[in-house]
Amino acid sequence: MAISFTVNGKQVSVEAEGDTPLLWVLRDDLGMTGTKFGCGIAACGACSVHIDGQIARSCSVSVSEVAGTSITTIEGLKAADGTLHRVQQAWIDAQVPQCGYCQSGQIMAAVALIEQVGSPSDAQIDTAMTNICRCGTYPHIRTAILAATSQAAASLEGAA
Amino acid sequence: MMADNPNPDLDIPETDGPEAVTPAQKPQNKGVKRRIFLAGSALLVGGGIFGVWWTDSGVKAKAKALTVGKGEHGFLTWMKIADDDTVTVYSPHIDFGQGSHTALGQMLADELDAAWDKVKIEQAPADLAFANVPLVKGFLPDMAGETLASLLPDAVAGIMARAMPVQITGGSSAIRFTGEAGMRKTGAAVRMALIAEAADRLGVPESELTTATSVVTHAKSGKSLRYGELAAGAAERSLSSDPVLKTRDQWTLIGKPVPRRDIPGKVDGSAVYGIDFTLPDMRVATIAAAPVRGGTLVSVDETPALAVQGVEQVVKLPDAVIVVAKGYWQALKGLQALAPKFTDGGHGAVSTPAIYAAQAKLRQAGKPDNEGGAGDVEAAFTAAGAQVIEAEYRVPFLHHAMMEPFALTGHYKDGTLHLWGGLQDPLSTRARAAKAAGLEVDQVVFNPMIMGGGFGRRFPDIVEIIDQIALLAKQVPYPVKLIWSREEEVRHGTYRPQSSAGLKASLKDGTITGFRMDYAQSGNAEGEVPFIYNLPATSRRHFAYQSNQIDGPWRSVNATQIGFYTESFMDELAAAAGEDPYQFRRKHLPAGSRHLAALDMVAKRSGWGTPLPQGVGRGIAIVESFGTVVAEVVEASVKDDGSPKVLRAFAVVDCGTTVNPLNAEAQIMGGMIMGLSSAIGEQVTLDNGAVVQSNFGDYPILKLADAPPAVDVHFIESEAKTGGIGEPGLPPASPALANALNAVTGKRIRNLPLLNQAQA
Repeated sequence: MAISFTVNGKQVSVEAEGDTPLLWVLRDDLGMTGTKFGCGIAACGACSVHIDGQIARSCSVSVSEVAGTSITTIEGLKAADGTLHRVQQAWIDAQVPQCGYCQSGQIMAAVALIEQVGSPSDAQIDTAMTNICRCGTYPHIRTAILAATSQAAASLEGAA
Repeated sequence: MMADNPNPDLDIPETDGPEAVTPAQKPQNKGVKRRIFLAGSALLVGGGIFGVWWTDSGVKAKAKALTVGKGEHGFLTWMKIADDDTVTVYSPHIDFGQGSHTALGQMLADELDAAWDKVKIEQAPADLAFANVPLVKGFLPDMAGETLASLLPDAVAGIMARAMPVQITGGSSAIRFTGEAGMRKTGAAVRMALIAEAADRLGVPESELTTATSVVTHAKSGKSLRYGELAAGAAERSLSSDPVLKTRDQWTLIGKPVPRRDIPGKVDGSAVYGIDFTLPDMRVATIAAAPVRGGTLVSVDETPALAVQGVEQVVKLPDAVIVVAKGYWQALKGLQALAPKFTDGGHGAVSTPAIYAAQAKLRQAGKPDNEGGAGDVEAAFTAAGAQVIEAEYRVPFLHHAMMEPFALTGHYKDGTLHLWGGLQDPLSTRARAAKAAGLEVDQVVFNPMIMGGGFGRRFPDIVEIIDQIALLAKQVPYPVKLIWSREEEVRHGTYRPQSSAGLKASLKDGTITGFRMDYAQSGNAEGEVPFIYNLPATSRRHFAYQSNQIDGPWRSVNATQIGFYTESFMDELAAAAGEDPYQFRRKHLPAGSRHLAALDMVAKRSGWGTPLPQGVGRGIAIVESFGTVVAEVVEASVKDDGSPKVLRAFAVVDCGTTVNPLNAEAQIMGGMIMGLSSAIGEQVTLDNGAVVQSNFGDYPILKLADAPPAVDVHFIESEAKTGGIGEPGLPPASPALANALNAVTGKRIRNLPLLNQAQA
């Protein structure tokens, strides 16, 4: 069946079985591979995208559910002139990625958090950032989120 | 062209496909060192192949043909300079996020005096001409002894590297071996050749010339020549095999926090990993192997899969079934519709408790296959007045959990198998694929790609998907990408071995008089994890135990479990002596040692001994691995559910020189967090011979909220040989955390994972 929705501002229509996860429509049908496959059960968050501005794990959202919605992926965060989103720039400044595979999803989660709460507290970061990073970049992710929202980086003092 | 392996004896059994021998019979994999050792032994003993291998000029010609284009000039197999001054450095190592490409580039560019913005770092082609000679030389002293290793000429190391073939990333080796002996030396030698060329062109003595930012300058005359102008001539000159390297105070790039080159592509989704690779007309496949490792496929009714829309084909392998479809989702649906029957390969009775029981029996009644240490521990244990302490420790199998599941694309066309994907050793990937597909090595082309993590899982010796894609690609007329589901990853891992140990020590007047560790697991760890304490009598006995699993190197290899046993037990001994764990370690470390300096520094930075809030405890641990000493302190409390909460984390590192402080800090931080993750919740268990866990739901990886908010990483710059950085941050983490929990609860946890064992 043909299903239509918007990806990064562009209207698309795909021929897919309705139960196909959005993730695989993005990757295999639309060739947008910035959104990653990690677990297939919405446990790791590597496949995180925004659906109508809300964070979602695209491996567990069927394409039939997104008909008529507006989706943003990692490829759609840059401005039209190529300027990086301030969260992407903060990720570079803090040299966050190591293997980098989970970072599309981490960045999408961070952008959603900042759009929702403005300047997140450490506790809000703890609650919202539940994506898995096997390289252990978490402290740098925290630093980058705080920097992107002009807050001081996490300090060991007072952490206990 | 000559066959790529001139000596069939070098084709060691580890590269056999899983169908060739049952896993239980399979020799244990000991990773990089084992392969080098085996090949090295064959060469040193046999010696028969010296005359029939590449001459060095042959290697250079091959490298040049593969990498040097018009307007470019190659130097050895390591680098080229273009007419426009661009320097391209070829790294024989894969960079999967550890930053080694950038760091290796820094090392070469610094010695070369190249302008950093004109330096590119690329992956060396998977070709024998790019086999890694310094890596072979670097590991050899560990295995053959310094004296024997020093007798080995570079030419012979080159033969070994190409014969094995070695292009490995592992053993925390990139910087300490490849960087020191390959990159720096090459950069320095090429700089000398550029100066010689400039001297001839300008008609001035070499001694009057200086170099900086890719320009040779003659200050007296004010004349200068760009490297790009000199490269063609310099490339014709013979390079010094013993160039003078810069001293530390002359470095302009080494030791500087240079941003990593790979990061921009990793924040905008443009980096293409192996799993992202596509070709026109490509199909996607996924696989289910026998649930019990060692089992084989009996039968499968293909009909239900073929009824799924998009499914094109079901392919049977001796121990697995593959579904090929237009996309991954369709392939997965097809696979899930099947009910394949597998044998258990005779391993149906294997279980986690059964392995621990067998290991305990082996340690009590079996014969050790190796004993390290010195002095008479038995005499110490039985001496009058000796206080004897004993304890048993256990650690489970651990899954690597690289975030990118295995994915390899294959296309068999016109007699050549083309492969794309990310593996830790491109050259031996090619060799393994050729063997599986029944092809000659030069009928396989492997294109290395970016990897979403590795942690030891991507050594071709233990990567069955190479055989699977080779067999699959030969059976289908189109390109095909084979992707493992996360479930396949978790259940068919090549785990850190399940291991257990009996520890026994004697104390007299608060001082250790004898220390013994009997440990049972697949591989022998002696020589890999130095015993750092200065004690009158020590013994470490390895009891070889092999289950039906294929054990693989897991980030920091044996240093994790040996570190956990030793450093937890040191705290037990401190408690028995009634002493502070830091002070107790202190007095058993050699005066003036790197270990003592690191321990003192971590105590200082963490405020060891200062008061803590109620319910918070501190733990300390120190482990040396891969030539690097790391001391860590963890502050932790216990959550309501009994699980640990890590509050603060400190690491002090002596790896000699840090090439890129940004990378080094990230590697230690990440290693420590991976160590904490494994200690807190990770375990692979076996029941009826099969793995119980299946995905991140039952194999929990530490998340941001449970990781320390920051890790205080401090480097001690020392004159020690450059050590590894990717792995050594990990081993002290689990004992430091267990020791911290003990400080809170008074309860000693001797089995990992910690889970809720700290519950009062």
